[in-house]
Amino acid sequence: MTLSRRLFSLSFMFLLAGGAAHAQTALDDILKTKKITIAIPTDFPPYGFVGTDLKPQGLDIDTANYIAAKLGVSVELVPVTSANRIPYLQTKKADLVIATLGKNPEREKVIDFTAAYSPFFQAVFAAKSLSIKSYADLAGKSVGVTRGALEDQELSKVAPPNVDIKRFEDNNATVSAFVAGQVQAIATGASVAGNLMAKNPQLNTEYKLLLKDSPNFIGVAKGEDKLRLKVNEILAEARKSGDTDKMAMKWLGRPAGELPQ
Amino acid sequence: MRIQLDFLAVLSQWPLLAKGVLWTLGLTAIASVIGVLAGVACAWARSQGPGWLRWTVGCYVELVRNTPFIVQLFFIFFGLPAAGFKLSPEVASIIAMVVNLGAYATEIIRAGIDATPKGQVEAAMSLALGRAQTFIRVVLPPALKKVWPALVGQIIIVMLGSAVCGQISVEDLSYAANLIQSRNFRAFEAFIVATLIYLALAIAVRRLLTWLGPRFLWGR
Repeated sequence: MTLSRRLFSLSFMFLLAGGAAHAQTALDDILKTKKITIAIPTDFPPYGFVGTDLKPQGLDIDTANYIAAKLGVSVELVPVTSANRIPYLQTKKADLVIATLGKNPEREKVIDFTAAYSPFFQAVFAAKSLSIKSYADLAGKSVGVTRGALEDQELSKVAPPNVDIKRFEDNNATVSAFVAGQVQAIATGASVAGNLMAKNPQLNTEYKLLLKDSPNFIGVAKGEDKLRLKVNEILAEARKSGDTDKMAMKWLGRPAGELPQ
Repeated sequence: MRIQLDFLAVLSQWPLLAKGVLWTLGLTAIASVIGVLAGVACAWARSQGPGWLRWTVGCYVELVRNTPFIVQLFFIFFGLPAAGFKLSPEVASIIAMVVNLGAYATEIIRAGIDATPKGQVEAAMSLALGRAQTFIRVVLPPALKKVWPALVGQIIIVMLGSAVCGQISVEDLSYAANLIQSRNFRAFEAFIVATLIYLALAIAVRRLLTWLGPRFLWGR
């Protein structure tokens, strides 16, 4: 077989694999099998982390269970990291991603978003002794960030060219690198930083620069409008009944506040 | 599920991929040279060294061969700073690769040394060659020749294993692929491309080393 014919048959196999119709079947499938698969973080307290009983818990897990309960189906939680949560959705390994997912145009090209379900912001944090007042002050310093997270993209946009951005695979590695002194500053979500500061008071870490105010949205596969609208309905009811604020109070210590639709 | 492959989105990031390839090759080259030298030294220690040295090297070999590479890497990068040794990701990666390759190379080369006929060593001794001369000129070349394919295979394994160095922000090929897919969400394409590049690198490095061995290490 010549090379071009092999390539042809290879591409044909891909066509076959991708041949099935792209219908909006997610919601029907969920209701039929009485099971929904939801991707959640396990490295992102208080949104999603593993408790002392080794079970995932947090705001995102509560939200996942809440939506499953409202749909009247059982839930299967799959742990994901910042870098692989969108591929999980694209490859249908999960019906929903509830993993502190922020919305941006790049992501909107490949997946769809429901209304927001919880507040969030990203910022740069560093030791008090380190003087950082503007993005320009980051020049020549090393900043740790979790690859593929929203703060990675924001930092890459605003940082001067000679900032030494070190990208790590997940939040635990990023935090470990900062705590071990391998990077001078850390760009991360408020919750991760809060947890980091509480556990390592000797580092004298403080808030330096706001990168982005970005509430969390739930991700659904591109084109699954039926599922998206159903989840939006559940979220709207939860806001009205006060359940959203109750969950935010429990995990974040403050009500959800204004959230974009 | 419809899969539309868009390789252009990944290949247009070729400078990142090229930099990744250079880092992967660079790390492997440095780690291989030092690792094989360490392997030769440790193999000598394990087969002909004094008792305490044999025992120490034996502990090192067993410790490294029975723990995962990524744990060794994380120990060096995240663990050692607590003891005051702060290393850059690149240096930490090279050390981890040297330590890892050194242990495996020790056992591979030792097998070659043990397979050298005793008569050959006795012949060298009777020609008044010193112990070091005997080892370097009489024992080592045929030993390396015997185990070269296994050693080359181990170097390839270490090169492919270096993919985890991307986890501690070394900008190697796996890091490039991961960064690209986290930017444009073309995970399938990014990893297909990375897989093919790794495959090409492995084949190229194997050919190069198979060619180099007879010419420079033991003569044709």
